[in-house]
Amino acid sequence: MVQKLDYLVESPSQTAGPYVHIGLMPTYAGNGGYYATEIGTSPIADGAKGEVIEITGEVIDGTGWALRDALIESWQPDAAGKFAGQDGADPAAAGHCRFAADAESGLFTLRTVKPGAVAARGGAMQAPHISLWIVARGINTGLQTRIYFEDEDNANDPLLNRIEQRNRVDTLIARKVGEGQYRFDIRLQGEGETVFLDI
Amino acid sequence: MSDNRDLGPLVPRNRAIHPPAYDIDYKTSVPRSPRWSLLSMESTPSEETGPRFGHSLIGDLDNNLILNFTRGKAPAVGERILMHGRVLEEMGRPVPHTLVEIWQANAGGRYRHKKDTYLAPLDPNFGGCGRTITDENGYYEFLTIRPGAYPWPNRANDWRPMHIHISVFGHSFGQRLITQMYFEGDPLIDRCPIAATIKDRSQLDRLVAPLDMAHSRPLDFLAYKFDIVLRGRRQTMFENKLEGM
Ligand SMILES: [Fe+2]
Repeated sequence: MVQKLDYLVESPSQTAGPYVHIGLMPTYAGNGGYYATEIGTSPIADGAKGEVIEITGEVIDGTGWALRDALIESWQPDAAGKFAGQDGADPAAAGHCRFAADAESGLFTLRTVKPGAVAARGGAMQAPHISLWIVARGINTGLQTRIYFEDEDNANDPLLNRIEQRNRVDTLIARKVGEGQYRFDIRLQGEGETVFLDI
Repeated sequence: MSDNRDLGPLVPRNRAIHPPAYDIDYKTSVPRSPRWSLLSMESTPSEETGPRFGHSLIGDLDNNLILNFTRGKAPAVGERILMHGRVLEEMGRPVPHTLVEIWQANAGGRYRHKKDTYLAPLDPNFGGCGRTITDENGYYEFLTIRPGAYPWPNRANDWRPMHIHISVFGHSFGQRLITQMYFEGDPLIDRCPIAATIKDRSQLDRLVAPLDMAHSRPLDFLAYKFDIVLRGRRQTMFENKLEGM
């Protein structure tokens, strides 16, 4: 016999289901005014430092169809690489956003500031990125991924460098399509499947 | 509040207790499940930090689903219940001051959502969502009505057991979790393909809330207790400290 480890086990995940917007984005669900203040309506307030950018894309299933019911959360540091709550962080950059695929077109848009670089544990610098968490009906455990940027130096990013099949790296890199405009599609399955993370 | 200090790396997720992405009996998961393995890596500040929400965000009735839709004017129809418990992390520590959000169908099994067209009527006094922030001991509570079971298009005659959806933040974006609470004794749990996406029955049992008579209030409401465990964090003096954190 040995001593018993008295740790707990994480609660198992269950799908967010088709009506996740009721709970997390009441206005989107048609129930505007439910709460005095909804959370995550924008990751930045007026006056946030840095370059304001817009990232547009779709969440696409294995048949090529864009999900109309996906809900995404993003989390990022400010333009200088500080997360909200850290010393010296930009008070106008909350860093957290909730957004949903449009019920008609399937398009989502994230308007934010371009994040600064943040060191990984151990000190290696990570290229600028935004963390995403994607939930929907049919997704049993929320999917984690990241948005990197085509016009940044991604050569030494520790996460991107762990991807063995180099042809998959591009699935995490937003394409620049205009001044301050990026395109980032999330492919759940099939050709060009996005690299999802266990991190 | 210890906002986004370095609290140590996240304990890697034990994927065996979670449902696999692909489950042929839950048909929508078939085209929406990644085929490739997840890319595993030690957590970084991007996962170890996370958004914080203050108690001032929460309105007085936000955690009272019986009254919050009508702002206290008229109560929702249904069996009155208290849903309560603690948010903990794997090391056994409570998770204080974290946002907990729930959503659910009304007593007839109908959601107030533009996409729900089930026959059961909407309750004019029930919206179906609530939120609260855990106290310093990780404790939360909601007053609500017991949701009804409802049919859904999957196999020819599938019904969801009574359940409440729950979303929790923790203090790290990498702890983010959505799950569902089921009710003790519901015979539909064993027939539900979504519950059955969890392959280890002892793990599914952890999502079934027991009737808690000790917290039931006589002549008012029954109680169900539901604790939630989030990923833990290692805190040892040997962890690499990050500059500036
Ligand atoms: Fe549901």
